[in-house]
Amino acid sequence: MSAVKTISQYPTEYEKFSDALPGQLVSWLRLLRQDAAQHFSAHGFPSLREEEWRYTNVSAIEKKLFSPVATSEIGAVDMDSLKQHLIADAWSVVLVDGHYSASLSNLDGIPESVTVMNMASAVEQRADLLEKYFSQVVDSKEHGFVAFNTAWFSDGLFIHVPAKQVLAKPIQILHIVTQAGFMANTRDIIVLEESAEAKVIETYVGCDDAYCSAAVMEIALEQNADLTLYKLQMEGEKAYHFGGTYVKQARDSRFTHHNFAFGGLLARNDTHTDLGHASACDLNGLYLGVKRQHIDNHTRINHLQPHAISHELYKGVLNQRAKGVFQGRVLVAEQAQKTDSMMNNRNLLLSDDAEADTKPQLEIYADDVKCAHGVTVGQLDEQSVFYLQSRCVDKQTARNMLTFAFANEMVGKIKLPELHDRVLAQLLQRFPQAGIQQDWL
Amino acid sequence: MLSIENLHVSVGDKPILKGLNLQINAGEVHAIMGPNGAGKSTLSHVLSGKSGYTVTAGTVIYQGKDLLDLEPDERAREGVFLAFQYPVEVPGVSNIYLMKAALNAIRKHKGLPEVDAMDFLTLVKDKVKLLEMDEKFLYRSVNEGFSGGEKKRNEILQAAILEPSLCILDETDSGLDIDALKVVAAGVNSLRADDRAFLMITHYQRMLDYIKPDIVHVLANGKIVKSGGPELALELEAKGYHWVEEQAA
Ligand SMILES: Nc1ncnc2c1ncn2[C@@H]1O[C@H](COP(=O)(O)OP(=O)(O)OP(=O)(O)O)[C@@H](O)[C@H]1O
Ligand SMILES: [Mg+2]
Repeated sequence: MSAVKTISQYPTEYEKFSDALPGQLVSWLRLLRQDAAQHFSAHGFPSLREEEWRYTNVSAIEKKLFSPVATSEIGAVDMDSLKQHLIADAWSVVLVDGHYSASLSNLDGIPESVTVMNMASAVEQRADLLEKYFSQVVDSKEHGFVAFNTAWFSDGLFIHVPAKQVLAKPIQILHIVTQAGFMANTRDIIVLEESAEAKVIETYVGCDDAYCSAAVMEIALEQNADLTLYKLQMEGEKAYHFGGTYVKQARDSRFTHHNFAFGGLLARNDTHTDLGHASACDLNGLYLGVKRQHIDNHTRINHLQPHAISHELYKGVLNQRAKGVFQGRVLVAEQAQKTDSMMNNRNLLLSDDAEADTKPQLEIYADDVKCAHGVTVGQLDEQSVFYLQSRCVDKQTARNMLTFAFANEMVGKIKLPELHDRVLAQLLQRFPQAGIQQDWL
Repeated sequence: MLSIENLHVSVGDKPILKGLNLQINAGEVHAIMGPNGAGKSTLSHVLSGKSGYTVTAGTVIYQGKDLLDLEPDERAREGVFLAFQYPVEVPGVSNIYLMKAALNAIRKHKGLPEVDAMDFLTLVKDKVKLLEMDEKFLYRSVNEGFSGGEKKRNEILQAAILEPSLCILDETDSGLDIDALKVVAAGVNSLRADDRAFLMITHYQRMLDYIKPDIVHVLANGKIVKSGGPELALELEAKGYHWVEEQAA
């Protein structure tokens, strides 16, 4: 008997499959994986004792022991069932149960200079380029899920856009999990070289049974690059979702994030960005919780250089017994003078049992900065309800209108018309109240 | 049209209206003046059904119905309109949509079909002109980011479209410059009709130069303490409220 207490049963289970993982013949990656596996074996998944996880109990993951998916076990998915999630006017990449599906993906007409390749292929064909970025944006020891992901990711996507290339269409990455008990553990890397521009859509969906998605995305934006990233987390009702979006922004680069967290029983998303000189990030989030959903959003904005701008607005609508968490940290380093930072979190509680925990944290070490932050947790404004009633609208409809309008502000920011309409449809579907009409807006 | 008898209203334990009586007939314009905190807005809120007020005694009969029995939206559909002293901003709900929804709710209540979209647009644009507003206000969120004067115009615009039977104007003139006041007054005057009544709350006689009232009341300490013709407003402007309150005491 070993004297060391077993922290997690995952390493034993996952090591059995490790030979089949991509990149085991690439030494730097094999070492990274081993190092991360060791770290994970020693620490396991994050616990409530960790400050950044104190609102989110992930112990169910350990109890359920979601299994790795061997290529022979990948579920069958037909194109028709995917159509509802795919944007027509986009290049698309589909990952089923954490593995790339060439037959479901469509990259026709993408410029040859652009690399869009699944990780399993990229580690073989683009190992040198990949090495420059892999685990460079986020440390694999950041927390248990990143370590877990680094050690045992099964596939993912590598996107590389060369300098000055502006992608004409968005790239959509559709993650789908087909079976109960599966773990889809994917790693994506996006690199935009100098003055390149791209729009990327991440969509997460899955079956109605319990499964788990662990997705880590590293993004490197070189000088003056511009990325808009949409994330649509629409996992099944019983799913667990752990997403991490880690960004490094070079001088003058721009990162716009639209983070929609609608699905999952327990969902956590981390968005971190390191801002270089005069770079800008715009972080938008909308989380909708019903029943017993628990949705945790964690953001960290590091102003490391002068003149960068960060704008952040996260909104939550929580109904029934749902719980929303927002932890937003902004750090302004000593040399980051002329920082302009605005962080806002607004929560609407629709029932007495719904809960929102919001925790903005500002750490400012520079003296010539403009930083503002605000949080609200509340019910609908009764003055507004009465005003609408005085204009003939019945009380329930008035409440629906105000709730919908609150959430729809975030949907309204989506610049791609097709995607906008899809997300709006999701929003309408997730407000159970009857009679919500689009022409209110 | 409206008959208020012995109305007592409290907020929490605090009595605000203390036995108010008021009769308004169709076609009439009544002005209510009175010191700050007298209970004027309280009266307008109770008539339109805002929660937070307890009616401890008295009756309010509107067009033969017990008004206090109705929900705010039912009252609105029955033709009670309140132009708010402080119009509320409703982000995310479009101004023109709200007007259309309100008009259709009233039409439905009357057993009329929904208004034709083109007819509605023509109607709205017509009224927007009357109130000398910019059409862009139609497509913005209700009152959001409107200036004080724009909010007041928007209230009258809604009245002009909804054509209420009882139109309560709570300090619609406050904060308006003379040019805006003239425009708003013209809007109100265009609505004057034999089957419509106005209850106009104001602090300023100036308003009454443009919208001539039939009867002027003084509300002080929760009651109507004096009523008279338009000349009463001039007297109040010259002498203040003190003498009326003393007379009443
Ligand atoms: N919700 C409330 N809670 C406590 N007191 C209230 C509330 N609403 C009104 N009051 C009190 O009732 C009294 C009458 O207020 P009301 O707003 O009706 O006055 P008013 O005549 O309209 O005044 P003004 O001319 O300033 O508009 C005031 O003393 C006010 O403080
Ligand atoms: Mg008042």
